Amino acid sequence: MAAAAELTLLEKSLGLSKGNKYSAQGERQIPVLQTNSGPCLTGLATIAAHLVKEANKEFLLGSTAEEKAIVQQWLEYRVTQVDGNSNKEDIRILLKDLNSYLEDKVYLTGYNFTLADIVLYYGLHRFIVDLTVQEKEKYLNVSRWFCHIQHYPGIRQHLSSVVFIKNRLYTNSH
Amino acid sequence: MRLFVSEGAPGTLPVLAAAGRAQGRAQLLISTVGPEECVVPFLTRPKIPVLQLDSGNYLFSTNAICRYFFLLSGSEQDDLTNQWLEWEATELQPALSAALYYLVVQGKKGEDVLGPIRRALTHIDHSLSRRSCPFLAGETESVADIVLWGALYPLLQDPAYLPEELGALHSWFQTLSSQEPCQRAAETVLKKQGILALRPYLQKQLQPSFLEGRAVSNEPEEEELATLSEEEIAMAVTAWEKGLGSLPPLRPKQKPVLPVAGERNVLITSALPYVNNVPHLGNIIGCVLSADVFARYSRLRQWNTLYLCGTDEYGTATETKAMEEGLTPQEICDKYHVIHADIYRWFNISFDIFGRTTTSQQTEITQDIFQRLWNRGFVLQDTVEQLRCERCARFLADRFVEGVCPFCGYEEARGDQCDKCGKLINAVELKKPQCKVCRSCPVVRSSRHLFLDLPKLEDRLEEWLGKTVPGSDWTPNARFIIRSWLRDGLKPRCITRDLKWGTPVPLEGFEDKVFYVWFDATFGYISITANYTDQWEKWWKNPEQVNLYQFMAKDNVPFHGLVFPCSALGAEDNYTLVSHLIATEYLNYEDGKFSKSRGVGVFGDMAKDTGIPADIWRFYLLYIRPEGQDSAFSWTDMLLKNNSELLNNLGNFINRAGMFVSKFFGGYVPEMVLTSDDQRLLAHVSLELQHYHQLLEKVRIRDALRSILTISRYGNQYIQVNEPWKRIKGSEADRQRAGTVTGLAVNIAALLSTMLQPYMPTVSSMIAAQLQLPSPACSILPTDFLCTLPAGHQIGTVSPLFQKLENDQIENLRQRFGGGQAKVSPKPAVVEIAGPQQIQVLMDEVTKQGNIVRELKAQKADKNQVAAEVAKLLDLKKQLALAEGKPLETPKGKKKK
Repeated sequence: MAAAAELTLLEKSLGLSKGNKYSAQGERQIPVLQTNSGPCLTGLATIAAHLVKEANKEFLLGSTAEEKAIVQQWLEYRVTQVDGNSNKEDIRILLKDLNSYLEDKVYLTGYNFTLADIVLYYGLHRFIVDLTVQEKEKYLNVSRWFCHIQHYPGIRQHLSSVVFIKNRLYTNSH
Repeated sequence: MRLFVSEGAPGTLPVLAAAGRAQGRAQLLISTVGPEECVVPFLTRPKIPVLQLDSGNYLFSTNAICRYFFLLSGSEQDDLTNQWLEWEATELQPALSAALYYLVVQGKKGEDVLGPIRRALTHIDHSLSRRSCPFLAGETESVADIVLWGALYPLLQDPAYLPEELGALHSWFQTLSSQEPCQRAAETVLKKQGILALRPYLQKQLQPSFLEGRAVSNEPEEEELATLSEEEIAMAVTAWEKGLGSLPPLRPKQKPVLPVAGERNVLITSALPYVNNVPHLGNIIGCVLSADVFARYSRLRQWNTLYLCGTDEYGTATETKAMEEGLTPQEICDKYHVIHADIYRWFNISFDIFGRTTTSQQTEITQDIFQRLWNRGFVLQDTVEQLRCERCARFLADRFVEGVCPFCGYEEARGDQCDKCGKLINAVELKKPQCKVCRSCPVVRSSRHLFLDLPKLEDRLEEWLGKTVPGSDWTPNARFIIRSWLRDGLKPRCITRDLKWGTPVPLEGFEDKVFYVWFDATFGYISITANYTDQWEKWWKNPEQVNLYQFMAKDNVPFHGLVFPCSALGAEDNYTLVSHLIATEYLNYEDGKFSKSRGVGVFGDMAKDTGIPADIWRFYLLYIRPEGQDSAFSWTDMLLKNNSELLNNLGNFINRAGMFVSKFFGGYVPEMVLTSDDQRLLAHVSLELQHYHQLLEKVRIRDALRSILTISRYGNQYIQVNEPWKRIKGSEADRQRAGTVTGLAVNIAALLSTMLQPYMPTVSSMIAAQLQLPSPACSILPTDFLCTLPAGHQIGTVSPLFQKLENDQIENLRQRFGGGQAKVSPKPAVVEIAGPQQIQVLMDEVTKQGNIVRELKAQKADKNQVAAEVAKLLDLKKQLALAEGKPLETPKGKKKK
């Protein structure tokens, strides 16, 4: 999914009606937003945080210093680790790490839904749709989290709904 | 919370610096682990540094850790800061890890290291200079500054990897490097071993992915044009169409110039040159010429501007000189004042008044300020041991004594310093002291002196600095110097001297003493103004309405930033204090210093004997203005800059634009029908013009000159692409196109003439005369590019503006003024400087070969073939660098321990 399309999705999920136009810069097609008030903003994470503030939903950026830093850490993870990694081995490690991280968490920051969940969900969608049933079960915590986010009101929109099977099929693999 | 670090892990640097900022907010334990240790339980690959929070959560991203420390100390991150941090993670880090890998692990040097990172460095530099803010996200420091500084420090601390032309990056980097938390972090991580401290860590890392699959090219990137939005283009077109009518009315010239309430009132001073020496080029660019550019710019903006300077005439140095020349001090001052005034007149310096300090107003004002300080208890008395020559019947100033150095035994040590061992000496400590005048042995006597009680004024000074400096245009070096003086604590300073040539001290018991020059020289600005108008208090006792800009070289900063403000604050008389202190670094001559005694360097009075016009001197000195760092005057460079920038770029463009109007359109500006390409050009020129304004408002004089040259380059490209000389012979449509291109080009030339005015006033008026530029357009520089020469405007006779400088001519001058080249101790290799023709031939070949390489790459030709052509290109570039006399290997030779 192109970054511009993703930001449009994000705008809708935040309830922003205006509809910004985005251009893309360079080889990696980094999104650029021309704001009315100031200079252009460049970069997916930067623009996403900006949109949240525009929608007056600052709570999505975290409420304590710790939570804020964690949200930003996962936004950075999204643009550095998830994007651009198309090599199978990297994705395997990424899902394994995330699975282990989410073992004791409902959302990325713990108990609160934040922008990090939305942006990581959008970023991972293209990988998760291709997972086999067995892999989905292997990355059980990721699957649980992903399924939860895609059912969050207003987030998924036109993206395909990924089916997860609740009964375990491959018990011996664990 | 616990921070996990590893020896030599680069990420530790920003993290420690950020932690230093949030010190005391939380207890921080630091654990050192091996480079391959997995600290974070859920991550497969090792990651360092990591912060484990008290909640048990881990922050494993360097930037997130830094953010967290800043959040703890209460500073939130805005959009711009977020953008920089994202850019750092996605763009800078990949490039930087490649550069560090080449440098530290593979032991490569020079361009191999700089190549991958150059674009990123240029990006930072451009952003800093475009926004004209001292920090990345605005006026104050943010976490973005710390993160980028920390990432870049290992590389940039070696000056070889901090490209000289990136001035804004340079001063930003210096500012941050001088801060305490940063300094401490740097010491902890690099342990004074420089970049090598990173080796143990980097060797264990995977080869950065950047290295795979991407050919590293030495080709310079084409200069990127800013992307323009439709709105920007539309605005530029609207402004252009308004034309001359949108200029504000021209203000009548006033005499005397006085501040006006509600207007911008700019008072500009240039450091007062010592009367007894002829100023050299470094003195001229350091203050007088820099201030002149700003004063001229300020007048072009129609700000109410008063620019003053004068000779500083009192003091020991004048007495010495008088003795040497067998004249009275007054005669010496009269003689040299004229010499100074002549030099500045020749350089076309636009003083409103060029005065002197030996006036009755100086005595009156100095004594008044002293009296006020005395009455308020800011002056102390103390006894000082001093040498006195009985035969000459006077106390000897430091430079009137010579003797044996108490430290190294050197026989001819001076009263203040030994030339051999360089140690500072107290004159009374000299062994076998001698009076320099009569050679008799002086005796030690005590003498009562007055001291300015600076410690008592320190609080007021700090309060004033706190209100004034943040957000002002004080140069980073000035801020740094003042900060270090305050850190060391102020001490009382002696303000009297046992001399005759000075302002008398109006106090009983001090009749045979005068004020020390540094105390009263800075009051010279006020007394010179008082000589200009009896309403001087409207400028000097009007801090609310007057913006005071003071220009100087960095050695003068303490007097203007500390001593003068302390005296003025202590006098409690509502004095106007410096709002913007603009200090330059030093200008060197060729490879060494200017030296009058060794006859090395060009001095003000000799510049006109070179036959090179004053405007060319002004241009070159401003082009190399030591802004942010020391720079050097070089004859060869002056020739190249004259022939390439002035002759081939600026002169060529303005001349062609004018010639097309004369030759093809009978001297009348043709009708212009703008296409979307032309509109885009309008917007680019407008943008560059705005950049020029931003820079000059911040007194970034050297950088703003680059904007002029950039616009002229746009102009040349525009003519080159549209070829009006061919189209004029074509169809009706072609002829119309030729007209539009010519008309737009000649309007750009008109704009350049006004933009040049602060830098090259004579050339500017020559262009204005050739183009018959209407007078408001010569005197006001708007912020938008306007059509000042509408269709039908008749221009005058066009003639060339600049002359080529020839190699023999420059070689002769170099020899005449002592070029260093011949005298300097033998160099490892004697570089033969080629003639300009040879250089041109080589330049052409480099361009040709560059095109071949580019084409091959575009065609995705065979790798070996490309490599062979690239090798040829590199070889040509090397030859060119040698021919231009550029030192090829200097950065590589330097290795930091």
